[in-house]
Order: sequence, then structure tokens, then C-alpha cells
Amino acid sequence: MSGRTGTLLEVDDLRVTFPTRTGLVEAVRGVSFSLGRERLGIVGESGSGKSQTGRAIMGLTPPQARISANKLTFDGIDLLGVSARERRALRGNRIAMILQDPKYSLDPVMSIGRQIVETLRTHEKVSKAEARERALAMLEAVQIRDPKRVFDLHPHEVSGGMGQRAMIAMMLIAGPEMMIADEPTSALDVTVQLDVLGILDRLVAERGMGLIFISHDLRLVSSFCDRVIVMYAGKVVEQLKASELGQAQHPYTRGLINCMPKIGADRHPLPVLDRKPEWAA
Amino acid sequence: MTSAIAVDRLEVIFDRFRALKGVSLEVEPGESFGLVGESGSGKSTLLRAIAGLAPVASGSIAVNGKMLGVRRDKAFYRDVQMVFQDPYGSLHPRQTIDRLLQEPLAIHGFADGEKRIERALDEVGLGNGFRFRYAHQLSGGQRQRVAIARALILEPSILLLDEPTSALDASVQAEVLNLLEEVRRRRKLTFLMVSHDLAIITHMCERLMVMQGGEAVENLTASDLVERRVTKDYTRNLLRASEGFVRTA
Repeated sequence: MSGRTGTLLEVDDLRVTFPTRTGLVEAVRGVSFSLGRERLGIVGESGSGKSQTGRAIMGLTPPQARISANKLTFDGIDLLGVSARERRALRGNRIAMILQDPKYSLDPVMSIGRQIVETLRTHEKVSKAEARERALAMLEAVQIRDPKRVFDLHPHEVSGGMGQRAMIAMMLIAGPEMMIADEPTSALDVTVQLDVLGILDRLVAERGMGLIFISHDLRLVSSFCDRVIVMYAGKVVEQLKASELGQAQHPYTRGLINCMPKIGADRHPLPVLDRKPEWAA
Repeated sequence: MTSAIAVDRLEVIFDRFRALKGVSLEVEPGESFGLVGESGSGKSTLLRAIAGLAPVASGSIAVNGKMLGVRRDKAFYRDVQMVFQDPYGSLHPRQTIDRLLQEPLAIHGFADGEKRIERALDEVGLGNGFRFRYAHQLSGGQRQRVAIARALILEPSILLLDEPTSALDASVQAEVLNLLEEVRRRRKLTFLMVSHDLAIITHMCERLMVMQGGEAVENLTASDLVERRVTKDYTRNLLRASEGFVRTA
């Protein structure tokens, strides 16, 4: 991989619109940000457009939706201008995505090893034997204790945490420069969550990848990322450094921080968000 | 005083798998008690065994001083109600809210259904406008409010809560937790609540039991947790996990 620094992804005024029976629904309404080789968190509630932003970058927006942007470039490549074929070559190779629930995002009728090998051989010309070697090495890198055994297992035979590790292995095997993780740990147990995050953190740092971490858990995101974007109703309401979360200005961001129960904080009732219509304006 | 729920050396076996290995538990009337542990620790199984949804192999369960048999009477199902984890899966997709609130009333032969439905919806902050909608027309938080209304409509004294907010957004979670606390205060309910999140349990419950692999690891009070007075490593791990990600480098 190249050791280039600077901007990896540039997003300017991204809009995603869905046609529905009752008219057009704008899920993403003018989102702009840029990403270097860093960890960026996108936080918001369900329906805030955070996942659709990630999907638009990945090129996974449903065909009936319309995407427009002044600029949507990855390493200088105009993502909206390239052909579907070129887009496919990027996806899984230079841009990878981890989805929420390994139960649904892994192929149920293919062994875990074959799925990882498939990703690798789609993007690189390697022999079967070498692909197997690299897949096993990758499974070891995500701290799966017995890679040879797990290689031949099917997704239903492994736990959620193990499945998500396999997913990370599959996404990293082609050596992507940018990774989009959409709620990668929400389906996992709290204790397993930290293991998976630790693995993700180490690999992202080692490989100098850019990471977009999408989640509704503001506390988790701020402990994991360098920078955080807060989205509400399809718009970015605030961008700030994770370390400066305590000084958040927007009432929505502050509301999201405050509404979580905390051990040792005796607050009854919990503060709730008082949503103001002008936030969405 | 008799306990609201008294579980004694309960064993639950699925085929050959022992999901609960002799767990005992006592919950006082009006108390809020929490069960914590990772998936597979048996916390939900314990809750479901009390509700009569899991095969009890041995041990005993008593509710309000009455021993429970394999078959429970109608009074039990009126007195003990359950709220499930997934609001998308626990409401009938082809029944209106009105219809699904009427069902428990019809089963238990309540005459003033109309009034009760209005009051129940009011109590969970939904209002009459939601009465003739279907579950798919509601958000996750609204559905969980309907599930709570359905549980409350029979005026139970005990609510069994199985991860009632883990499928919800953080901000909606706060609203539902507040609602649960409020109805508990107003109706003097007993709660038995399952969660994998220690912060939620310390917020909602006075006492809790940590479970692992079908066994009780330790019994704690909420203030024990706040002051970190825990004795088992497993609990310490859970505590650490609830504090978020810490980079080790």
C-alpha cells in the first residue's frame, strides 16, 4: 500500500432521494465532509441518514433512489461518474464495508473460508493454495484461535462475535484503503464488542486505513474515533473532535450524550431529547 | 412478608443442554431486580421459566407466595406480564393496536374494554390517535410503548422485562426507561428486568444478579456496582465493557 497522506474521500453536498407513493423523500440532504487516513465517526438516530450516506459512498444505494453531489471522489476518482464495472473493481478491493449483523451479511450456504478466498480471488490473481494460506493468516490476524477449523465452518456454526471477526477478515483481505463500518458491533454482546473493536482498531492503525464508523452510540464512537460527525434528519448538525465532545454546542449532540444511563450518575428521570423543528431546517 | 417472586434451585434443560443449573432468586414486592450477563448466560431463560415459557426440569417457582405448577391458572397470567425484546416481532402484524389490546381483556373477561384501552394508551403516552393503526405504521419506540400498554392493561403486579430497550436508539431508550420507571412508581409494580447493559440495570434496579453459563455469579446492589464493590472477575469484565472502548497502546 502506498504511504500517501492527505485526503482519501471527499464528499460535498451529497443528497440521496427516494421516490415513494407520497412523493420524494430526501434521506440525505446535503452532507459534506472529507476523510484522510483517520477514524471518522458518523452518529445519529435511526432515520438520520447515516447509513444511507455510507451506502452511497460504497455504491449500494437501491436503484430507484437518486444520488446527487457536487463532489463525491475517492482518491481523485469521481464515484458518480465511473461505470458500474469500475465501481465493482473498487468495491471490496480499495473500499470495504462491514455490516451490522454477521447472521445476515455472510452467505449461509458457503463456508467461511471459501467466502474469504472468493473476495481475494475476485480482486487479485493468486493461486488457490496461496489464497487459502492468506485467508488462514487473515483469520489469525482477527484473533480466531483455530483458523483451520473455522475456515471450514458455515456461518450458522459460529457465534456472533466469531462471525463478525470473519466478516472483518473478509473485508481486510484485499487490503482496502478505506473501510466503512456500519454498526459493526451493535449485534454483539458488550464483552465481545470490545474485543471486536480492539481488533478493528489495531488493523486500521497498522494498515493506515481511513475508517468511517457509523453508529447510534455516541459514547462508543467518541471513544473509538478521532473525529465525529453528528447527523439529524439527513443533515450534519455538528462536526467535532472526539476529544472535545464535552464541549459540544448543538443541543441535539448534547442530548444524545446525556440520555444514556451511566453507572454512578443518579438521574431520575433520564433527560430526553426535546426535538426542535429548526434542527431539521 | 412473602416474596413477589421466589425461585429455588431452578433447573431448565433443553434436550440435553442444561440452560439453568440450580439458580435461586428472591424478589420483594415493589422491588426492581436486574439480571445481567452475556448471551447464553441463562438470564432470559430464567425470565421465560417464570413466565411458563421454558421447560422446568426441577426446582420451584413461587409468585406472591403461591407455588406454580406446570400449568398456570388465569390469575397468574393476569398478575404476571412480560415485555419482550424485539418490538418488531412481538406485535401481531395484521391486527390494529385496538384489536391487540382487546385480546387480553377478552380472555380475562373485562367488561369496560373501551375505557381501559383509552387509559392504557394514555398512560404510555400514545393517545387515542394510535388506536386504529397497525404495528408497521409505528416506530420502534412507539411499538415498545404499545407492548408496555398491553402488559399494563390487565393491571398486573409483576412485570417481566426481557431487554426492553436493546432494539431502540439511545434517545428513545431514555424515553422508554423513564416510562417504565413512572408506571412502576404509580402502580407499585415489581420488576424483574434482563439486560446485558450494566448501566441500564444500575439505573433501573436496586438489586441485581450477575449470571454466566446458567449459574448465578454474584448478587449485588446497585450501589455496590457504583462503588465497584464486586468480587468476581466476570463482573469486573462486564463493568469495564460498559465504560466504552479504551485504546491499549
